[in-house]
This record gives sequence, structure tokens and C-alpha cells, in this order.
Amino acid sequence: MQIIIVGCGKVGTALAAQLSQEDNNVTVIDKDGEVIRNITALYDVLGVVGNGASYNTLQEADIEHADLLIAVSRSDELNLLCCVMARQAAKCHTIARVRNSAYRKEQEFIRRELGLSMIINPEFAAAQEIARLLRFPTAIEIDSFSKGRVEMLRFKVPSSSGLVGKQLKDVASTHAELLICVAEKNGQVVIPDGNYRIDAGDSLSILVTPKKAAEFFRRIGVKTNQVHSAMIVGGGEITYYLTSILLHMGIKVTIIEKNRQRCEELSNLLQDATIICGDGSDQDLLREEHIDRMEAFVACTDMDEENIILSLYAKDKVSSKVVTKINHLSFNDVIHSLNLDSLIYPKFITAENILQYVRAMKNSIGSNVETLYKLMDDRVEALEFIIHEDCPLQRIKLENMRTKNNTLVACINRKGKIIIPGGQDYFQQGDSVIVVTTHTGLENIDDILDEP
Amino acid sequence: MNRKMLQYVISWVLKMEGILMLLPALTGAVYREKEGLAYLLCGLCCVAAGFLLSRKKPENMELYPKDGYVAVALGWVVLSLFGCLPFMMTGEIPFFVDALFEIVSGFTTTGSSILTDVEALSHASLFWRSFSHWIGGMGVLVFILAVLPMKGGSVMNLMKAESPGPSVSKFVPRVRGTAKILYQIYIVMTLVLIACLLLSGMSLFESLTLSFGTAGTGGFSLLNSGCGTYTETQQWILTVGMILFGVNFNFYYLLLCKRFKAAVLSHEVRVYFLVILAAIGAICVDIRGVYDSMAETVRHAAFQVGSIITTTGYSTTDFNLWPEFSKTILLLLMFLGACAGSTGGGIKVSRVLILLKTVKKELMSIVHPRSVRQIQFDKRPVEHEVLRSINVFLTVYMTIFAASLLLVSMDEFSLETNFSAVAATFNNIGPGMGKVGPMGNFSVYSPLSKLVLTFDMLAGRLELFPMLILFSPSTWKKRG
Repeated sequence: MQIIIVGCGKVGTALAAQLSQEDNNVTVIDKDGEVIRNITALYDVLGVVGNGASYNTLQEADIEHADLLIAVSRSDELNLLCCVMARQAAKCHTIARVRNSAYRKEQEFIRRELGLSMIINPEFAAAQEIARLLRFPTAIEIDSFSKGRVEMLRFKVPSSSGLVGKQLKDVASTHAELLICVAEKNGQVVIPDGNYRIDAGDSLSILVTPKKAAEFFRRIGVKTNQVHSAMIVGGGEITYYLTSILLHMGIKVTIIEKNRQRCEELSNLLQDATIICGDGSDQDLLREEHIDRMEAFVACTDMDEENIILSLYAKDKVSSKVVTKINHLSFNDVIHSLNLDSLIYPKFITAENILQYVRAMKNSIGSNVETLYKLMDDRVEALEFIIHEDCPLQRIKLENMRTKNNTLVACINRKGKIIIPGGQDYFQQGDSVIVVTTHTGLENIDDILDEP
Repeated sequence: MNRKMLQYVISWVLKMEGILMLLPALTGAVYREKEGLAYLLCGLCCVAAGFLLSRKKPENMELYPKDGYVAVALGWVVLSLFGCLPFMMTGEIPFFVDALFEIVSGFTTTGSSILTDVEALSHASLFWRSFSHWIGGMGVLVFILAVLPMKGGSVMNLMKAESPGPSVSKFVPRVRGTAKILYQIYIVMTLVLIACLLLSGMSLFESLTLSFGTAGTGGFSLLNSGCGTYTETQQWILTVGMILFGVNFNFYYLLLCKRFKAAVLSHEVRVYFLVILAAIGAICVDIRGVYDSMAETVRHAAFQVGSIITTTGYSTTDFNLWPEFSKTILLLLMFLGACAGSTGGGIKVSRVLILLKTVKKELMSIVHPRSVRQIQFDKRPVEHEVLRSINVFLTVYMTIFAASLLLVSMDEFSLETNFSAVAATFNNIGPGMGKVGPMGNFSVYSPLSKLVLTFDMLAGRLELFPMLILFSPSTWKKRG
């Protein structure tokens, strides 16, 4: 697919990297020549230096033949203008990033009237993600498949759980409705087989329908209740969106923000939240506001380092959930070794949302991947395929299929019915199949086979 | 350095070469020559060696900038080492240094020969010599890029190292797509040339080999007398062919996209044609009276100018006998070379143009010390990095030239012979002046000089840096 990306900041670069790797023809536009030089040296993309809203620049980027334009520059208005220009110049799809909360309410109106395909608000997307975690605090990570019919939940096995010491095949016999598809033990990621022994501290990813998830966690002795109170440090845009969602869910929210003016703004917008003007990195203040009675803690300041330190402090104080927002830092190994609870990377959430749109669009042109998630620092991929009419793997029982090592057919969705497959199951036309694998670059369902 | 990945790239070079060797083997079969068998055998050897090297696909497919240069340089060295095997096996060029010189001259599209009697070669070997021009003209690794899927920055690093010119321009976002378009233009233009030569009454074998030599701007001829015995029409076809293959392929892509205005405005292409016309004019005036008619004078002048500026190296007449002024023009054209992004060699028109603009800017800043002036090329600012790399290129170019000249001069030939020999090989032209002129050849040199000239050819084709990086010790240290 021909894709033009306007703006090469954090999100633009992440998108360019991923999209070019997924075999798209990517052209990037930025007004900074230095940025363009760096990005074209790193990835197989074409760079154009210029203003993305100018018709000349767009022409140079070959807008006539583009299928999709993604505007993720710093300015909302420029992004919208880019998309409008692109719509006029060529009938391509357009995605704009619009982050100003003033446009939040009229987002749908803007999208429809300007003829955009998608408007993404990174702060709102991040807030939604955090809210999802607070609703289900046991999970470290939640990804959904088949339009939300199946979810992949990652959680850490507590030492009190009944699962500890069991082998996977025993678990499978008692819990037939779910599948443990990825396991991480002491930093090693594996696709576990029946002999895998579960220890306390392992982090497991399970594929399950949302309804069954709560039941499973109750049976293995893990608390699943939604939190009732949350403390958020930092009063940025994410905090605003998050608080509105949380209040709507009936969760009590305390916000700590340094800037008095911003506090007043927030208090205007969020009448039901408790807003404290003060330094969130002050221990006394946190104690005074009863951090130890909170069920959840969200570190949402602009400083990644501060967020990490705050979360480390809060980890032992709050009872169920700590969420840390990370903007820039990329030392994943180090951050993971700190054993923080859940991490939120707004730039990846934005990129991931856009990627899903692109994949769905591409799917209508020929490729077969419906959804793709990168899990565990990109070490594992979970892909969803649609079985088309001409698929050669139809009606072959799974036990007769020689699949690659570390590749697992995790779920079959047949007309809305979720099947956790065993050896007797098979694919048929119209199924959507979820495959979990440590290999990368699978493009077609046939790619799961071990090459002869 | 990612050695496993280097090995993988080299294995593909070998496989490709093995397959390409089947064509001369086929020629041998058509003419019922036993030499064809040698090509078949060598081809199989290459393929086998290739498969042996690529048993395992490397896990880390990343090629860092240094690896890109090393892969390209090493690829070309391996290509040449295996390419010279058939010559030795058939016994037509028994000595290793000679065979290596001949095939490097082929792949680098130089066209300098150590053979005293070309006509004694078998058809298979003649075909392989000319075909090597065609392979080397657009680049082996570019071809591999077009067929082999590779990842992100890696491909760009390979492409940068192999393409001629100060900066690489991609036509389409993906390197692979660009490589495909380049080869499509290249193949179609070659086919058109073959068809034209066939229509003019040339035999199929001659049309093929001459077209390969012209397309790659190589210049190995089939006859001891060069191209002098072909008809007037055929000589004109070759002249036009050579000049067109010396044009930046970007120009043709723009034409294909129907962006005629942008194509015509290309500064480099315009200057290129202007220089050609001026040189032909000057030489015509200078050599008037040497030939019988005006038409003949113009034909010889145009052929020689086209042949030298595109660094092809065919000749229809012995320009050694021309007056000094004309010879000097040709010598200067050797250094200028063709356009960037073409199959030709030399310093390249665009580099010279940018250098001249830099000189103008520096002069300006002497007169007006506070003046600010951004250098532009084709209405675009030239980045500082490009300017710097051109300056460094020229410095390295002169250094290697001087060192080579010194080494070659140990053979005690005249300065004209030595100077033009180094110029002709370093710029990938072919014939020089004096003893190595169009009617002479390089067999007179000692083995050491031949090796030096072989290095010059490779360095010239790959634009210096890959070869220097390949031979610098720090590249091969485990750490560093």
C-alpha cells in the first residue's frame, strides 16, 4: 500500500518503522531535513522535506497514487489541513491526530464534515487504555481480538494462587474455556506446552472471552474487582480524559497537580473529582492524601523518571493497581526489571491504533492479517487471520498439521462462537483464527506450517 | 560487523554469477565449442559454493553502514575471482593476474584488455567478456536487491555503496521497487539497441555483445581494429547508444512518469549534452583535413567523444594520431565522466558542477566576507554532508591516482602512457593514449602494475570508499 506520513515525531517514526516493515511503500514528510535524513537512513522509506499541507509537497510525495495519508505532526490544525488537502488532491483515506481537548466533543463532526477516515486523540486513547486496566486490575496488559469477543490478558501468578506448582495440562483439563498461550519465567518468554510448570511470579497470557475471565480468576484465587478509588499524579490531558471516564464508572478520583491555574481549570471541568494543588513527588503530601488507602495509583506527570520513582514508592502502598506512563524512555529491559505493574506508552498506543486501521484496510486489498499485537517487548506476536475460500489448510485436523516451533493456534472464532482448539478441531471458510508465535513476519495462515 | 549476513550476501552474488555463466555456456553450445563446457562447469561451481555458504539464513539480517560498504566491495572481489576462472580453465588467458585484470575490466565496465589478439578467443569467452559489462553496468547487488527481500536500513546501505554519484535518489519509497525500475529501464533500452543493430544488418552475436558493451558503457570489442570496420549507420547507432546510457537514469524515470518539464530542467543532463556538443565541435575544427569528408570527420569525432565521456572506450579510429589539442580534450573528458546514476564512470558531471558552485561561493565569500549563500542543485539546496563527501571524494581520488601513477611508472613507460593508463582504468574507460591507446593494449605492463590497475578499476567503479574500507585493517579487527 502507498502510505504518506506527515510529521516524523515519536509517533510518526514508530509508524514509519512498522509500516515499512510490513511491506508498505511509505513516504515521510517533515519540514526538518535533519529528521528526514535520519529516518531515511534507518528505514526503507522515501523522505520529502517540506510542509505537509502544501500541495506541492504532497505532489512530490506522489499523493495521486497514495492509498492513505496519516497526519501526525505537532499541530492539530496542520494535521486537519493536510488531510483536507489530500482529500482534494486524491481520493485517499486520511487519518489525523488531533489532541486539543477543545475539539474532543466535536471530533465526530469534524471527521464527518472534513471527510476523514479516522481521528485519533493520543491522550484519550491512553486514558481509555488506563481505564480498562483499572476496571480489571489483575491484568498487566489487555488486548482484544475479534472486535472484543476475545481478550488476551496478561497477569502475574501470585504465590497464593491455586495454579502454583501445577502443570499446564492439568490446568487445561479443569479450565477448558481458556488457553494459556504465552508464559514468561525469569525473563524468558516461551509458548508453553503441556509440561510447563507454573510457578509463583510467572507472568501468563491467557486467551479468553471477557465473560469467562472473571470466573477464571475467582477460581484460581486472584482478586478481580474493579478498583473504587484512584490517585492520579500530574494533571495533563490524559488525566482529564481518564478522570472523566473513571468518574463515569463510579470510581473516586484524587488528582495532584502542581500548577494552580491548571488545577482551577480541571476543577471547572471535573466537578466531582478531588483536586489537590501540590507537588506529587512530596511524600508527606501523598501520605496526607492517604495514598495507603487508595486502590489504584496512576503516575501521569510529564517526567518519565518521576513517574517511575513515584510508582516504585506507590507499589507497596496501594492495594491493587499501579499504572506508570512513559513518554520517551526506551530502556525497556531496565524498566521491566524494576517490576512496575502496568506501563502505558502513549506513543505506541497511538501507533497501534493507526496500525490496526491500516491492517484492516490492507486486508480488504489482499493481505490476510486482521489484527496484530506485539507482546512482551516485541518478542511474541499474536495475529488474527481470516480463513478465505482458497486457503489450503481448511478441514485439516490440527493434530495432523506440522506447525513451526513456538507457534500456537490459540483460538478459532466461528461465526461468533469462540472455540479453544484441540487436536480434533480444524479451520473452515470464514473462521477467524488467532495464532500466537515467537516468529515474526507471518503474512498468511499457511506461514504457520513448518517448512518441509 | 555482521559476518553471517556478509556471508549470506556473498552467497547470493555467487549463485547469481553461476546462473549468468550459463549464457556463455549456451553460446559455446550453439557454436559447438569445447570452451562452453568450462563455463558450464564454473557456473555449477559458483552455484554450489553459493549454496554451501548460505546453508543457514542468518537470524540477524541487519546490515550496518560499514557492513554495506564491505558487502559491496567483497561482493565485487568475489565476483571477479570466480569470473576469471573460465578464462584460465579454457587456457585462453592462462595467467591468473591477466585473467583477473580482464574480468575486472569487464565487470567494472572499463574495457581495457591485456589480449593482443582478441579475434583468437572463442565465442563463449567473447560473450562472457561483453556480458560482464552488462552485469557490472547497473550493479550486481542492485540486481540482488531487486529479487531478494531484505530489511529496512540494510538495503539502503547496500544501494548507497554500489550506486554511482554523490547521493542516491530513490524513485519510489522502497529500495526494491527502485532497483526493479532501474533494471526494467536498463533491459528495455538494451533490447532496443540490439534491435536497432540487427536491423542495420549486423549478425546476432555481434549485436548482442556490442549492445552489452554499450549498455554497460564497457567497451570490449570483438575485433582487433575496434569498431572501425562497421558501417556508418552502425557506428552512429553505437554513438547514440553510448551517449544515452551515460544519462542519469532518473531522467528516463521522469520521462516514463510523463514529467517532461522536470526531466528537461535537469541541470546535469543539460550540461552533459552541452559538453558533448562542444567537444565534438572543437575536435571537428581541430582534425579537419585528417579525413576525406566532413561527414567522416563529424562521425569519428562524435564516436570518440561519446565513447570517452560515457567511459565506454570503443574506438573507430586511432585517436593517438590526432593532434595534441583533440587528445587533450579527450583526456579531460575521461576525468569528467558521465552523469551520476548512469552506467558510466569517472568523477561524474554532477560532482563537477557542485564543485564549481562551491568554488563560486568561496570566491564570493572572499569579496563579501559576510555573505550567506546556500548552494542549490536543480532548485534544491545541497546538504552540507553532500558537499563534504564530494570534497573528500576528490581528495581521495587524487591521492589514489598519484599513488597508482607512481607504482605504474616503475615499468618505465612514457608519462603519457602511464598517466593515461591510470586515468583509463580508474575512470573505467578502457583505452588510454600512447602504448595503451585504442590500437594497443595493457599486456605490456608488469604483473604488479596490472594488479594496481585492477584495484583502480574496482575502486573507480565503486567510487573509492567501499574498496578503501574493505582494505583498511580496522574493518577486520574483532573489536572496533
